[in-house]
Amino acid sequence: MIFHRLFLLILLVGVCCNVQAQKSLPKNMVNVKGGTFVPLYGSDSIPVKVKTFLMDVYPVTNAEYLAFVNKYPKWRKSAVKKLFADENYLKKWDGDLSLGPNAAKIQNSPVVNVSWFSAKAYCECQGKRLATVEEWEYAALASETKANAANDAKFYQRSIEWYSKPNPAYLPPVKESFRNYYGLHGMIGLVWEWTQNFNSAMVVGESRADVTMDRQLFCGSGSDGAKDVKNYVAFMRYAFRSSLKANYTVANLGFRCAKSI
Amino acid sequence: MKTSTITKVVQLLAIGIYSIGILSSCSSQTTQAEAAQTKETAPAEMPTIMAELTDAPNVPAPITRKHAAKVVVKLEVTEVVKKMADGVDYTFWTFGGSVPGKFIRIRQNDEVEFHLMNHPDSKNPHNIDLHAVSGPGGGAASTFTAPGQETVFSFKALNPGLYVYHCATAPVGMHIANGMYGLILVEPEEGLPKVDKEYYVMQGDFYTKGDFGVPGLQPFDMQKALDENPSYVVFNGSVGALTGDNALTAKVGENVRLFVGNGGPNLISSFHVIGEIFDKVYAEGGSTINENIQTTLVPAGGAAITEFKADVPGNYVLVDHSIFRAFNKGALGMLKVEGNEDKKIYSGQIVQKIYQPEGSTVQEMPKSKAPAVALASNKDMRLELGKTLYAQNCQACHQAEGQGIKGAFPPLAKSDYLNADVNRAIGVVAHGLEGQIKVNGELYNSTMPKLKLSDEEIANVMTYVMNKWGNKGGEITPAQVGKAKANYKH
Repeated sequence: MIFHRLFLLILLVGVCCNVQAQKSLPKNMVNVKGGTFVPLYGSDSIPVKVKTFLMDVYPVTNAEYLAFVNKYPKWRKSAVKKLFADENYLKKWDGDLSLGPNAAKIQNSPVVNVSWFSAKAYCECQGKRLATVEEWEYAALASETKANAANDAKFYQRSIEWYSKPNPAYLPPVKESFRNYYGLHGMIGLVWEWTQNFNSAMVVGESRADVTMDRQLFCGSGSDGAKDVKNYVAFMRYAFRSSLKANYTVANLGFRCAKSI
Repeated sequence: MKTSTITKVVQLLAIGIYSIGILSSCSSQTTQAEAAQTKETAPAEMPTIMAELTDAPNVPAPITRKHAAKVVVKLEVTEVVKKMADGVDYTFWTFGGSVPGKFIRIRQNDEVEFHLMNHPDSKNPHNIDLHAVSGPGGGAASTFTAPGQETVFSFKALNPGLYVYHCATAPVGMHIANGMYGLILVEPEEGLPKVDKEYYVMQGDFYTKGDFGVPGLQPFDMQKALDENPSYVVFNGSVGALTGDNALTAKVGENVRLFVGNGGPNLISSFHVIGEIFDKVYAEGGSTINENIQTTLVPAGGAAITEFKADVPGNYVLVDHSIFRAFNKGALGMLKVEGNEDKKIYSGQIVQKIYQPEGSTVQEMPKSKAPAVALASNKDMRLELGKTLYAQNCQACHQAEGQGIKGAFPPLAKSDYLNADVNRAIGVVAHGLEGQIKVNGELYNSTMPKLKLSDEEIANVMTYVMNKWGNKGGEITPAQVGKAKANYKH
């Protein structure tokens, strides 16, 4: 029975569209040159390898997502399966095909209150996919001028100040946010973003217990074994991702797509 | 045989998991699932009560029921910008909208159904670890809650006492440092002894980029937190939360109970009320009662209950007696006690007078005499001393060269008025002059004040003036001054 249900789920998610792979650099994507980096939970001896990949310059906007639900009715607010998105799905939208009275203010802002299922479907419909946690973190390590700003306290400060500020009433347009070394906008300081394997970090609800688990990935009682205890903002991203389930929709959680080469 | 049993168990489990999955996928059915859970944990005869939650410094009313109950606690997490000190804002993460979080009051053996709601506007996931809970993470393992979600778990309050609760989401220290803590009181079955006033006071240390008092919205500073070097140490979430109009109050004769908590994250509090002795301290918030205590240690993540009778009126200052925190980082509160004085307990000030270590007969230290005034023994000395006196007393009006100011102050240089009668001039200096005079053909009608000069000094300054600026010269003696003063009284 359980397998049957899983199969159904794969069908529902997988069949949404059929797009041919494009060969030239797609519009509004940049090339993130591969390399290695040491995530916060690692030690110097275990850098993570990331292959060169393409990533959207901006997070997906409300206007873009509106075009998506126009084309794919099953992802509309009233039609979406509860299994794939909780009741706050597109909460701030007025209806299935309306952004509401503040449309002008939010059309170029990141779409939020979308589930992992819907984000994944969106990317697949564009012939893309969600970035992996490793890809996302690798790309987010870049400051304006450096691909790897891991030792740059000023760069961390930008994140810290964003994390410690409450959400604004209206998110700013994606183009207005911080542009990093790769030309990616808003990796830091705009919204949290869904990733493909968002809950693969072995973080349990009781975060302090994680450290006692014999696991490489943890996000626990702060910093035992963490590479750089000052980069506590990274802990927050891991903690945030770990608090999610795939059907959750959150008011400051958006997404962007990536693509393998 | 064995294998088939295992297979059956697995099948049953699978069906179980499947059914839970179906239920949680639909909102209307989720409510039923919650209801079913409710039935399981609460026996039919146990009443269900919604917990009353209060903001500091208030606490919910004492529990009077004589039986256990099922208590539903609904606590909402919000992230809000609030005042840390005048002109200083901070983004506090809160249990219930302010720091410290809502006070929760339950009774031993109550069964608590705990709802943690994370506001949809929150930026971060949160959970709660209640030290009153026996179970994994004190509840944290069951309450990891993303923004816009709600989690529920229940626990039985096995041990009475005053307990801290706090957020334990990574990075744990930062969540606590942002104010995510509060107190839960588990009253013993027999209740706490009745008192007249109960208050909720909770200390916390805060780490901001800017030092104490630097204005603006201040971000959190991890380095200061790691160094355990707070910018602020405060009671109830901000500088001044318990002073001025926000001071705690009591009347003379009342018994006051303070539920004191310490959220930390780092510092241990030396809790003290200036001018009071705690009649009783429930040490560390537990069952041991210590008596007649001046300062009680409240560990980070710990608590204490202090009780004292307000004997006499006045302002009693609550401090962390690790004292620089009190006067330089904000850990100050106040209890205002009103009522009649009791002079036997405290007299107030009876005497205020000058203190003389040698006794009243000796008025001065042996070497404390003022230096003697220099006496002129000849004309040159008189001129020398007179020059200084002129500069100090005369020059502002009559000017450096004795030229005066036309129409206002008559000239002394080549002055016909002065040279015509030196003794009259001495009289003017000694007694002052008011009214119209004519000097060198000009009329002057102003006031010359009476100068406080001794005869010796007048002799010196007059000698100086008479020997300068074309005047007729000579030496004026103190004896001459004495005579002239008597003759020219105006």
